[in-house]
Amino acid sequence: MAKVWVFTEVSADGTPAPSALELLTKARSLGDAEAVALGPGATASAAALGAHGASTVHASDDPVFTDHLSQPAAHALHALVERHRPNLILFASTHDSRDVAGRLQARTGSALMSNATDVVSPDLARTAIAGGSQLVDVALEGPVPRLILVRPKSFAAEPSGGTAAMVPVDVEIPEELRRARRLERHEETASGPKLEEARVVVAGGRGLQDAQNFALLHELAAALGNAAVGASRAVVDAGWIAYSHQVGQTGKTVKPEVYLAFGISGALQHVVGMKGAKRIVAINKDPDAPIFRLADLGVVGDALQVLPALIAEVKARRV
Amino acid sequence: MQVVVLVKSIPDPSGEAKLGPDFLVIREGDGVLDPGDEYAVEAALTLAEASGGEVAVVSMGPANAASAIRRALAMGAHRATHISDEALRGADALATAKVLAAAVRRSPFDLVLAGVESTDGYTGTLPMTVAEMLGVPSATFARKVEVTAGVARVERQTEAGYDVVECALPALVTVTASAAEPRFPTLKGIMSARSKPLEQLALADLGLSPAEVAPTQRVVAVEATAEKGPGEVIQAGDDDAARIADLLAEAKVI
Repeated sequence: MAKVWVFTEVSADGTPAPSALELLTKARSLGDAEAVALGPGATASAAALGAHGASTVHASDDPVFTDHLSQPAAHALHALVERHRPNLILFASTHDSRDVAGRLQARTGSALMSNATDVVSPDLARTAIAGGSQLVDVALEGPVPRLILVRPKSFAAEPSGGTAAMVPVDVEIPEELRRARRLERHEETASGPKLEEARVVVAGGRGLQDAQNFALLHELAAALGNAAVGASRAVVDAGWIAYSHQVGQTGKTVKPEVYLAFGISGALQHVVGMKGAKRIVAINKDPDAPIFRLADLGVVGDALQVLPALIAEVKARRV
Repeated sequence: MQVVVLVKSIPDPSGEAKLGPDFLVIREGDGVLDPGDEYAVEAALTLAEASGGEVAVVSMGPANAASAIRRALAMGAHRATHISDEALRGADALATAKVLAAAVRRSPFDLVLAGVESTDGYTGTLPMTVAEMLGVPSATFARKVEVTAGVARVERQTEAGYDVVECALPALVTVTASAAEPRFPTLKGIMSARSKPLEQLALADLGLSPAEVAPTQRVVAVEATAEKGPGEVIQAGDDDAARIADLLAEAKVI
């Protein structure tokens, strides 16, 4: 039976990242699922990881894995790979996991696939290209373990009711791998629900014309209640709104009940982060904007004219 | 300070990428410098100008990658290395990393800069694979890079906000669009780019064999997804707010 590992990010309080539970749910359908968790909280996360299908959790609470970027984690993971020879390692498409996977590949010389949306078998994975209009099956060859980075929310996490054996990770981290040091962490917290959890996402792009007009999106989100504000990469790059609002390839993946896109053209980079929404509404001046191909309801017009009217309408209906 | 920038020539991103019968992306016509790499070139120029250093550009790609490399030179980079070889057609990220790492290693460097990911492939792991091969520390997703006394100080974007990271040189850093505002090449820059050193290398020049760059992954099938069919499109003014609110009510969110 194939040995399938899930590289798990954990919070210091022992909560595994939601993506780890999604990946374990998939991993146990592919073979014997195990998890590797490195950094403070790892040991405490074993119960939740076991309950989602990990038979073994390789864990270390050593802060070296969070105080220093990528090199200690890649080194420890490589040592474990040499010892236990997994067939496949699944990673979530996050900044930290992507870094570890890229470094591990240099050492193992194995195939690495990014942005997978499904894993068919330990050597076949699937991804979407051209804004999700085409699915591509990629065969992974060469040495094991094969490495796959999976987009968030590709699978639904389901508990297995199992328990995991906890195996401490005892890999020495050399001093020369501690040269990139994390000195400070800053969280840019927004009010209201988290982007990934909101039932409605109201997102804005270049069509909003000015950073100040994002106030209208915030007003609409507040009027709706369980809504969060999203943004396209173009406006994040332009500095109109913080990166934590970015939806898309290099930002967050959302699957709300309704996604409202104001002045967003629908570049591939954006679409991969929101096409899983149950209902999509697009408002754009350009009738040929690709976003209309995805929209259940499209409005050809100026987002800045539609927004105030919609805010008033939502407020009136919610009274 | 010697700064190396890894750059990629990509098909014009305003067009739609097409796959050939062998499932490889068709790369006809002149490529363009990946817009994500322009930020890295700009950040490199700014850092080198402040320290009196030089910027070298390294790129792997077919012959038509030359125009992208020339753009980086026109922006102000001092010299370039272009690795091109028939054996590299269809090369995956691992093979590309081997080639770029081997090319970077040929000269002393203090800092390697790259974009966060390519705009055509989105793989996003290549710079880290190169960093591991070079044996240097790294920081990805930099929205700000400063170098003082041999240490890079980086503001690294995270999913929740940003971290402040320090990294002793030599190191590799990937930069986001927030790190720099790319300059537009001047006419003088474009003219002088023609006389800057542009070294052309083949695989053998780097001591690599075709077997070492054989791809480990292969597209085996491409299928069109079931289009859910276009929805209704109305003109603004046709009760647009009421229609959107109806949809929100149908979805039970108001």
